[in-house]
Amino acid sequence: MKKTLFAGAAALVAGVMLAGSVLAADISGAGATFPYPIYAKWADAYKTETGIGLNYQSIGSGGGIAQIKAKTVTFGASDAPLTPDELKAAGLVQFPMVMGGIVPIFNLPGIDAGAITIDGTTLADIYLGKVTKWNDDALKALNPGVDLPDMAIAVAHRSDGSGTTFNFTNYLGKVSPDWMDQVGVDKSVEWPVGIGAKGNEGVANIVAQTQGAIGYVEFAYAEQNKLAYMDMMNKAGKTVAPEIASFQAAAANADWNNAPGYYLILTDQPGDASWPITAATFILVYAAPDKPADVAEALKFFDWAYAKGDDMATGLDYIPMPNSVVDLVHKTWETDVMADGKPVYMPAM
Amino acid sequence: MAVAEDPASTETAGSSASRALIQDRIFVGATALSAIIVVGILLGVIVSLFTGSWEAITRFGVGFLWTERWNPVKEIFGAAAPIYGTVLTSVIAMAIGVPVSLGISIFLTEICPPRLRRPIGIAIELLAGIPSIIYGLWGFFVLAPYLQHNVQPFMIDHFGSTPLIGALFQGPPYGIGLFTAGIVLAIMVLPFITAITRDVFLTVPTLLRESAYGMGMTTWEVVWKIVVPYTRVGLVGGVMLGLGRALGETMAVTFVIGNAHRISSSLLAPATTISAAIANEFTEATSPIYTSSLIELGLILFIITFTVLGLAKWLVGRVESY
Repeated sequence: MKKTLFAGAAALVAGVMLAGSVLAADISGAGATFPYPIYAKWADAYKTETGIGLNYQSIGSGGGIAQIKAKTVTFGASDAPLTPDELKAAGLVQFPMVMGGIVPIFNLPGIDAGAITIDGTTLADIYLGKVTKWNDDALKALNPGVDLPDMAIAVAHRSDGSGTTFNFTNYLGKVSPDWMDQVGVDKSVEWPVGIGAKGNEGVANIVAQTQGAIGYVEFAYAEQNKLAYMDMMNKAGKTVAPEIASFQAAAANADWNNAPGYYLILTDQPGDASWPITAATFILVYAAPDKPADVAEALKFFDWAYAKGDDMATGLDYIPMPNSVVDLVHKTWETDVMADGKPVYMPAM
Repeated sequence: MAVAEDPASTETAGSSASRALIQDRIFVGATALSAIIVVGILLGVIVSLFTGSWEAITRFGVGFLWTERWNPVKEIFGAAAPIYGTVLTSVIAMAIGVPVSLGISIFLTEICPPRLRRPIGIAIELLAGIPSIIYGLWGFFVLAPYLQHNVQPFMIDHFGSTPLIGALFQGPPYGIGLFTAGIVLAIMVLPFITAITRDVFLTVPTLLRESAYGMGMTTWEVVWKIVVPYTRVGLVGGVMLGLGRALGETMAVTFVIGNAHRISSSLLAPATTISAAIANEFTEATSPIYTSSLIELGLILFIITFTVLGLAKWLVGRVESY
């Protein structure tokens, strides 16, 4: 009896060790929570096709940057791009992987999704605490046909540090000098008004529970939970609805060619159809990796995702990178990610 | 006794005695090691909190304690708002939790019919077993909307313009904020305080209790003149344990406090606590001074908890020396 138990235990240990060695071949990465659902979906499909899995810890952009700097993972992922100087200092290469949109949501009795339009300065004034009522003149002027109630605006924002907040405040900073002066742009900021809630789901629920509330969430989250979103007036002065087409328009109008290190934040882009708060999420790898084979595996996976992952991305309400950007990224890989004078990975054209 | 029954060991009594001696030494060593490890871990925590927060300590000095601003963009950090939130939510929790817990314990030990004692006791112990995240979810999805629609408008209408305490009940009814966090915490500390106070109430000798009743004392008199004075050391201990839990509770509070780094006079306003701020912001704190400031918050919480425990020990000592 004891012997069989022992044999069983030994087999179990051996099994665990074998499983461990399989895991070791997985691509390891850590970072942003925003793209986690699509990375997980790609990884799942990639594993069925190639047998190579992805071990991605969605611990937040800050954690991802810290882990790639500590070299505990093969790639890091961040919603906010590193500046070219930061990249150089850390010896990292960065490229955009997939995009998403951020949408303002609201809760007003009797007013449906998309029935309200807002522009950047008014949104900034609401979050600065300058516009406090729904029937404020600024909102009335933007929504001539809507019967806006005499109700206080309850402001909701993210309490956890987040790439969503980074892109949202970046947009407010671009359109409102007051915002830039008084609050600034970061993954968490000193909010002048409002209550903070954890995650998209926290903000969405505060807005859902509070009449007169306004908040901001990722488009994928708003879409899947049927939240009442607002239309927005973009840089060109046109009113646009949040949808894949308007996010893609913003991405297409972005000038990636002249953005060293892909340091480009997609908010407030020109173009009649551009959604004003669009955001890309980024991948970080070492320019001269210690383990070139691991990085090659990771890039191979990302290349596969660029080539075959578009439908999966739109299925989850993410926006795939346009082909022109993918070509640029391919060139970056060929010239910037090197080991022994050779590119670590040559993308199949 | 086991030795006497075993013939093999009586034959080699001498060697088994020395074996027992070795065994005993190993046992003593092992227990001592466990105790040293605990002290070592405690020291390690203190040291790493200090080294981790050193940058913030040198940069902001003692002013960190009373600066209300918390601005990650301009890297100006102050702990006043989280300290205020931590202390105030715990005070609310204690103000509600202690009387209710004492009431439950008194009911269970003095008044309750014996056949109800076990079910009520088990129900309260089960409350202690609920993970804090569940309290958070419940507070956020059930309690907060209820308070927002039914309780807080009433409070604002009826107490909002009262002189002196009116300022405590002003502002829009968000549903989440200091008050809601305090209520959730009160429910969370309830089973801890109840379990301990019930146990210490049961230590009152039956003789004492019965004679008091025999002398014609009412239940009220027995509780306040016999039971409570007899058990005050244990009571202080139970309350302090609850307070310790309230001060450090993270997940449930994060859900319902509103996470705003502001000090407002109103109990209904959103605020933040030390542990909620750390839980919210640590993952995305990229700059060294930001991380360091969050660790200094942790150090402050450690000091607060330590002080509370020290105070409890001192109080218990004072009460014992009566």
